[in-house]
This record gives sequence, C-alpha cells and structure tokens, in this order.
Amino acid sequence: MIKDRYDVVIIGAGPAGSVAGRFAAEKGASVLIMERDREAGIPVRCAEGVSVNGIKPFIEFDKKWVAATIDAACLHSPDGEKAFMYNNGKGLVLERRIFDTELCHLAVNAGAELLMKANATGLEYTGGKISGVHFRHQGENKTIKCSLVIGADGVESRVGRWAGMKTALNLDDLDTCVQYTVSGYKGEQNVCHFYFGLDVSPGGYIWIFPKSKGVANIGIGISGHLAEVKGPKEYLDEFMDKEYPEVQTNYIVYGGVPTAWGLEKYIDDNIMLVGDAARQVNPMTGGGIVQAMIAARLAGQVAAAAVEKGDFSYSFLKQYKKDWDVKLGSIQKTMYSMKEKFMRMDDGRFNKLVQICQNIPREEFSLKRLFMESMKGDPKLMAELARAFVVSKINLKKN
Amino acid sequence: MRIITELCDICGTCVSVCPADAIIVEEFQVSIDNARCIECGKCRQVCPARAIEGDVK
Repeated sequence: MIKDRYDVVIIGAGPAGSVAGRFAAEKGASVLIMERDREAGIPVRCAEGVSVNGIKPFIEFDKKWVAATIDAACLHSPDGEKAFMYNNGKGLVLERRIFDTELCHLAVNAGAELLMKANATGLEYTGGKISGVHFRHQGENKTIKCSLVIGADGVESRVGRWAGMKTALNLDDLDTCVQYTVSGYKGEQNVCHFYFGLDVSPGGYIWIFPKSKGVANIGIGISGHLAEVKGPKEYLDEFMDKEYPEVQTNYIVYGGVPTAWGLEKYIDDNIMLVGDAARQVNPMTGGGIVQAMIAARLAGQVAAAAVEKGDFSYSFLKQYKKDWDVKLGSIQKTMYSMKEKFMRMDDGRFNKLVQICQNIPREEFSLKRLFMESMKGDPKLMAELARAFVVSKINLKKN
Repeated sequence: MRIITELCDICGTCVSVCPADAIIVEEFQVSIDNARCIECGKCRQVCPARAIEGDVK
C-alpha cells in the first residue's frame, strides 16, 4: 500500500526517474515513483542505441536487455557515398522495455516504491510552497504529500510548467520523430546506419539500429522548424519505399526529442527536473539515456542529502545544477553549437564530411583521427568539432 | 487548434513546444484548451503524427 506522505515523489519511471529514485532511496529517503503507463519502458519512444561505457556505471551488464551489439556505424551522404566508422562492440541496441523495468527493480531494491497507471495532474501548494502531487489513479483524484518533487516526465515536461519553469522549446530545438520497428530487414546485425541530406531528413537524420535477426528500428528525426510543409513520416515513407521496400513494419511510434543545450531553470524550492524534462539530451545526436542517468544520479544524491538535512530550498538543491555543470554542462553547450552548425549544413558539406571519413584507413580509424582529417579538409567547419571532441574526452576521463 | 484523437499517439511533442500551456494531457487523450490557445500553430507544425488541425493566426 502506498503511504500518504513521502520525502520524495518522482513523476515518471523512465531511466531518469528510476535512477533518481534509486540513489535517493539508497541513502535512506522515502521515495515513491509514479508512472502514467501500465509498465516502465512502454511505449518505446526511442531508437535504443547506447554506448557500453555510458551505461556501465548504472547497471550490471545482462544480455536480456541487449538486442544487438554494434561494431560499426555507416554514414550515408546525400550523394549516396558511404563511410564506415568502427567501434568494435562498444555500441549496444537495447530492449528498452526490459532495460527500463530492470532499472525499476534496482530502485525498488534500494527501497523506492512504485505506483503504476498513476497520472500526475498538478502540484499541491501549502503556504506558497510545493507540498505534494495531485494525480489520477484507478478513476479517482488523489493527492500525495511530499517534501520534494522530481519531474522525470519526459519531453513534455509538464511538471516543470506546473512549477512555473519555462520548459517550452523553440521549434529548432526539437526534432519531430517517427520510428518503425520492422521485420524482414536484411542488413547486417552489427552495423547501424545514418542517412543525411536535406531531401532525406532536413535538420536531422534517418537511423537504422538492428535489433535481432531481421528486425531493426528505422526512424527519422527532422528539425521542428523545417517540418511545416512535410512531416517526418512523409520523409521516412519516401526513404523506405526507395531503400527498404521489402520490410514490414510491426511497431510504429511517434515522438519528440529535445535538442536544446539544456534548460535555464530546472530547480526551485521543493522541485527538480531530470532527463528529457530538463532537456538533458545530447543536442547533436539526440541521445538521452546516458545523460538522463548521469543527471538522475546527481539529483538523487542531492535529494537524499536534502532529506537528511531537512532543507529543500533552491539554495540547497542547486548543488545538483553545480554537479551537472561540472560533469556535462560544458559539453552540452559545445554539442549545441555543433548542432546549430550541422542543422544548417547543405548537402555539399555532408558529402564532403563523408568523403573525409572514407579516406581514413580502417586500422587507423579513431575519432581523433577523424577530427584531425576533418580539420585539414574543412578547417572552418571542423574547428568547433575538434574542440568539442577534446572537451568531451576530458570530461569522460573525469567521469 | 484541435487534436484529431484517432491520429494522436499521446507522445507529448505538442506539449513540449506550446508557449501558452494550452495542451491538456489526460490518461488516454490529449486535448487543447481553446481559451488558452493563442493559435500560433507550433503544435501543429511539430506533431509527428499530423494529428493537429486548425488555422494559425
């Protein structure tokens, strides 16, 4: 049975919510994680690609949530050229449904409680301070009291809005996406693909992440500001007809990916946001699972410290922002400026970039080498890329 | 603006761009509060399921 009051109520049981809940509960906070859907991880609004190193700190490797291991990424230029980048098994395609449930189990093992099919509808205020969460559960309106709310409610980020935070995204800071999970895919199981070009996927890219024999996630994200006349589904359908007419779609999902650098304000008295809700997504790639988990660990630790001290003020909780800024804040900003460049690149530049990749011999291939070569080929475009690479390397070492 | 419920996937993309807090997400459906809506059309433009219709001011 759920209690009337918790130290911390977390809204959303995705990776951000579960990891925040785990780290808060582990240090003794009483935690409730509330989820709108019937289980964590569904619907899977995700391409499911991650790096092994990124998730390692958060979960013990288990092949039950791994759909495929990725050895190479193939980049496709608008003029039809290909370039391979090899990563030798450092990429994974997840089964998010199982992965997210495992993260929930870890939160529960640490002492957190879960409430499924509970749709948060607003925040309760007492004396001007957040004091609880209103929600609908089993056809009834209910309220649960808490000292701290953690909004892990994804791209829509309603919790932040309720608390007066400006979470609305600009159209060019959002990718509008469609993904098909298909059967009958004949591509290699250890190679993912990325297609670029203004006619293919304006301001974004098409991805293919293989999952198991014959099964793959094929999806598209286009920048919101370029989606007025033609939507992502029309672009993806044209692509499928041309490149993969033989496959059959067995799962279709729509969604949005924030590609902002972050959010100006995501912490206030008695409230913090994590993950997509706080726009903690790599704006360049749209990848957000690892970012969400890193942020959630920091937020969960700060939440536990707040409970111990009995201080839920902004001035105490802002430690979470400080920690995030140290860990990933500067990378986010660099990635954002790269995204701003990439999003507005013409096809000629994409062609050139793929050409540069092609000219690096496989055995000599490393990201460092790619950036070195890129700078030779197109110094203006790539100077920033190189800077981003150096910064992210340094920060990964710290991590 | 109006949500075409049949097409809506309840993905929340519209909510993420709404500058007027006019989009209501309930358990099984999304709707637009026309009293709040400023008819900017951002939700319609980004909806990946093309499930929003209505004229833009």
